[in-house]
Amino acid sequence: MARSPATCRYDIRIIALSAAYGVLLIAASWLFKHHQVTGPLAWIVAILPALPIVGMFAAIGVYLMEETDEYVRMLMVRQTLWASGFALSIATVWGFLESFGLVGHVAPYCVVILWYAGLGLGGLANGLTTHRRGA
Amino acid sequence: MNNRLKVLRAERGWSQGDLADRLGVSRQSVNAIETGRYDPSLPLAFKIAELFVLPIETIFVSPSAGEVQG
Repeated sequence: MARSPATCRYDIRIIALSAAYGVLLIAASWLFKHHQVTGPLAWIVAILPALPIVGMFAAIGVYLMEETDEYVRMLMVRQTLWASGFALSIATVWGFLESFGLVGHVAPYCVVILWYAGLGLGGLANGLTTHRRGA
Repeated sequence: MNNRLKVLRAERGWSQGDLADRLGVSRQSVNAIETGRYDPSLPLAFKIAELFVLPIETIFVSPSAGEVQG
Protein backbone atom coordinates (compact mmCIF):
# COMPACT_ATOMS: atom_id res chain seq x y z
CA MET A 1 0.00 0.00 0.00
CA ALA A 2 1.26 3.48 -0.86
CA ARG A 3 1.93 5.58 2.20
CA SER A 4 -0.15 8.70 2.53
CA PRO A 5 1.57 12.13 2.65
CA ALA A 6 0.43 12.41 6.30
CA THR A 7 2.12 9.09 7.11
CA CYS A 8 5.35 10.25 5.46
CA ARG A 9 5.31 13.49 7.47
CA TYR A 10 4.60 11.49 10.65
CA ASP A 11 7.56 9.20 9.93
CA ILE A 12 9.88 12.19 9.40
CA ARG A 13 8.72 13.79 12.67
CA ILE A 14 9.22 10.55 14.61
CA ILE A 15 12.73 10.05 13.15
CA ALA A 16 13.68 13.66 14.01
CA LEU A 17 12.26 13.34 17.54
CA SER A 18 14.03 9.99 18.07
CA ALA A 19 17.33 11.59 17.04
CA ALA A 20 16.69 14.54 19.36
CA TYR A 21 15.88 12.13 22.20
CA GLY A 22 19.16 10.26 21.67
CA VAL A 23 21.23 13.45 21.64
CA LEU A 24 19.47 15.00 24.64
CA LEU A 25 19.64 11.80 26.70
CA ILE A 26 23.36 11.39 26.06
CA ALA A 27 24.01 15.07 26.80
CA ALA A 28 21.95 15.08 30.00
CA SER A 29 23.55 11.86 31.23
CA TRP A 30 27.03 13.25 30.54
CA LEU A 31 26.27 16.55 32.32
CA PHE A 32 24.89 14.79 35.42
CA LYS A 33 27.68 12.20 35.45
CA HIS A 34 30.31 14.96 35.44
CA HIS A 35 28.38 17.16 37.93
CA GLN A 36 28.11 20.00 35.43
CA VAL A 37 24.58 21.07 36.39
CA THR A 38 23.01 22.10 39.69
CA GLY A 39 19.98 24.03 40.91
CA PRO A 40 17.28 25.13 38.46
CA LEU A 41 19.49 24.25 35.47
CA ALA A 42 19.60 20.63 36.67
CA TRP A 43 15.79 20.52 36.53
CA ILE A 44 15.78 21.87 32.99
CA VAL A 45 18.48 19.45 31.80
CA ALA A 46 16.70 16.51 33.46
CA ILE A 47 13.47 17.35 31.68
CA LEU A 48 15.06 17.86 28.23
CA PRO A 49 15.17 14.13 27.22
CA ALA A 50 11.46 13.84 28.08
CA LEU A 51 10.44 16.58 25.65
CA PRO A 52 10.99 14.60 22.41
CA ILE A 53 8.92 11.76 23.90
CA VAL A 54 6.12 14.23 24.62
CA GLY A 55 6.64 15.45 21.05
CA MET A 56 6.04 11.90 19.77
CA PHE A 57 2.59 11.90 21.37
CA ALA A 58 1.93 15.30 19.81
CA ALA A 59 3.13 13.91 16.45
CA ILE A 60 0.48 11.19 16.66
CA GLY A 61 -2.14 13.87 17.35
CA VAL A 62 -0.95 15.94 14.38
CA TYR A 63 -0.99 12.82 12.19
CA LEU A 64 -4.59 12.07 13.16
CA MET A 65 -5.54 15.62 12.19
CA GLU A 66 -3.63 15.49 8.89
CA GLU A 67 -4.64 12.02 7.70
CA THR A 68 -7.35 12.46 5.07
CA ASP A 69 -8.08 8.73 4.62
CA GLU A 70 -10.80 8.11 7.21
CA TYR A 71 -10.33 4.33 7.31
CA VAL A 72 -6.57 4.58 7.83
CA ARG A 73 -7.21 7.24 10.49
CA MET A 74 -9.66 4.92 12.25
CA LEU A 75 -7.03 2.16 12.24
CA MET A 76 -4.53 4.51 13.91
CA VAL A 77 -7.08 5.57 16.52
CA ARG A 78 -7.76 1.90 17.26
CA GLN A 79 -4.02 1.26 17.51
CA THR A 80 -3.58 4.08 20.06
CA LEU A 81 -6.51 2.70 22.09
CA TRP A 82 -4.74 -0.65 22.19
CA ALA A 83 -1.56 1.12 23.31
CA SER A 84 -3.31 3.09 26.05
CA GLY A 85 -5.29 0.11 27.33
CA PHE A 86 -2.22 -2.14 27.35
CA ALA A 87 0.10 0.36 29.07
CA LEU A 88 -2.43 1.57 31.65
CA SER A 89 -3.55 -1.98 32.51
CA ILE A 90 -0.01 -3.19 33.19
CA ALA A 91 0.86 0.03 35.05
CA THR A 92 -2.23 -0.39 37.26
CA VAL A 93 -1.49 -4.04 38.05
CA TRP A 94 2.18 -3.24 38.71
CA GLY A 95 1.18 -0.31 40.92
CA PHE A 96 -0.87 -2.55 43.20
CA LEU A 97 1.83 -5.22 43.30
CA GLU A 98 4.32 -2.51 44.23
CA SER A 99 1.99 -1.07 46.91
CA PHE A 100 1.78 -4.45 48.61
CA GLY A 101 5.56 -4.85 48.45
CA LEU A 102 5.55 -7.76 46.03
CA VAL A 103 7.61 -6.15 43.27
CA GLY A 104 10.24 -3.44 43.12
CA HIS A 105 9.77 0.14 42.02
CA VAL A 106 9.81 0.91 38.30
CA ALA A 107 10.35 4.42 36.93
CA PRO A 108 7.05 5.86 35.63
CA TYR A 109 8.59 6.65 32.23
CA CYS A 110 8.69 2.92 31.57
CA VAL A 111 4.96 3.26 30.82
CA VAL A 112 6.03 4.89 27.54
CA ILE A 113 7.84 1.69 26.57
CA LEU A 114 4.68 -0.28 27.40
CA TRP A 115 2.61 2.20 25.41
CA TYR A 116 4.75 1.71 22.31
CA ALA A 117 4.62 -2.06 22.83
CA GLY A 118 0.84 -1.69 22.93
CA LEU A 119 1.00 0.34 19.73
CA GLY A 120 2.78 -2.62 18.15
CA LEU A 121 0.08 -4.98 19.45
CA GLY A 122 -2.56 -2.66 18.02
CA GLY A 123 -0.80 -2.74 14.65
CA LEU A 124 -0.80 -6.53 14.84
CA ALA A 125 -4.52 -6.56 15.69
CA ASN A 126 -5.19 -4.22 12.76
CA GLY A 127 -3.18 -6.46 10.47
CA LEU A 128 -5.09 -9.57 11.59
CA THR A 129 -8.42 -7.80 11.07
CA THR A 130 -7.38 -6.58 7.63
CA HIS A 131 -6.19 -9.99 6.44
CA ARG A 132 -8.98 -12.04 8.00
CA ARG A 133 -11.44 -10.96 5.34
CA GLY A 134 -9.16 -11.03 2.34
CA ALA A 135 -7.67 -7.53 2.08
CA MET B 1 -23.21 -2.68 6.03
CA ASN B 2 -23.68 -4.58 2.78
CA ASN B 3 -23.07 -2.75 -0.46
CA ARG B 4 -22.79 -3.21 -4.24
CA LEU B 5 -19.47 -1.45 -4.56
CA LYS B 6 -17.58 -4.50 -5.85
CA VAL B 7 -20.19 -5.16 -8.55
CA LEU B 8 -20.34 -1.52 -9.65
CA ARG B 9 -16.57 -1.35 -9.78
CA ALA B 10 -16.36 -4.58 -11.78
CA GLU B 11 -18.97 -3.28 -14.25
CA ARG B 12 -16.65 -0.39 -15.03
CA GLY B 13 -13.59 -2.59 -15.19
CA TRP B 14 -11.88 -0.72 -12.37
CA SER B 15 -9.46 -2.28 -9.94
CA GLN B 16 -9.65 -1.43 -6.25
CA GLY B 17 -6.67 0.84 -6.83
CA ASP B 18 -8.46 2.65 -9.68
CA LEU B 19 -11.49 3.29 -7.48
CA ALA B 20 -9.28 4.37 -4.58
CA ASP B 21 -7.52 6.91 -6.83
CA ARG B 22 -10.86 8.29 -8.03
CA LEU B 23 -12.09 8.64 -4.46
CA GLY B 24 -8.82 9.97 -3.07
CA VAL B 25 -8.52 7.19 -0.48
CA SER B 26 -6.26 4.16 -0.06
CA ARG B 27 -6.87 0.79 -1.74
CA GLN B 28 -7.04 -0.58 1.79
CA SER B 29 -10.07 1.64 2.44
CA VAL B 30 -11.87 0.49 -0.71
CA ASN B 31 -11.26 -3.12 0.27
CA ALA B 32 -12.55 -2.53 3.80
CA ILE B 33 -15.73 -0.89 2.48
CA GLU B 34 -16.33 -3.57 -0.18
CA THR B 35 -16.03 -6.40 2.33
CA GLY B 36 -18.35 -4.63 4.78
CA ARG B 37 -15.59 -4.32 7.33
CA TYR B 38 -15.86 -0.54 7.40
CA ASP B 39 -18.87 1.72 6.93
CA PRO B 40 -17.84 4.94 5.19
CA SER B 41 -18.73 8.34 6.60
CA LEU B 42 -21.63 10.19 5.00
CA PRO B 43 -19.32 12.52 2.99
CA LEU B 44 -17.41 9.51 1.58
CA ALA B 45 -20.64 7.63 0.85
CA PHE B 46 -21.90 10.68 -1.07
CA LYS B 47 -18.60 10.86 -2.95
CA ILE B 48 -18.98 7.21 -3.95
CA ALA B 49 -22.58 7.79 -5.04
CA GLU B 50 -21.58 10.84 -7.09
CA LEU B 51 -18.76 8.89 -8.75
CA PHE B 52 -21.14 6.14 -9.86
CA VAL B 53 -23.93 8.66 -10.55
CA LEU B 54 -26.32 6.64 -8.40
CA PRO B 55 -28.40 7.33 -5.28
CA ILE B 56 -26.66 6.23 -2.07
CA GLU B 57 -29.39 3.71 -1.26
CA THR B 58 -28.79 1.81 -4.50
CA ILE B 59 -25.14 1.30 -3.51
CA PHE B 60 -25.41 0.77 0.25
CA VAL B 61 -28.01 -1.50 1.81
CA SER B 62 -29.57 -0.02 4.92
CA PRO B 63 -29.06 -2.41 7.87
CA SER B 64 -32.51 -1.42 9.17
CA ALA B 65 -34.32 -1.76 5.80
CA GLY B 66 -35.77 -5.15 6.74
CA GLU B 67 -36.96 -3.90 10.10
CA VAL B 68 -38.81 -0.95 8.53
CA GLN B 69 -40.52 -3.14 5.96
CA GLY B 70 -41.32 -5.89 8.46
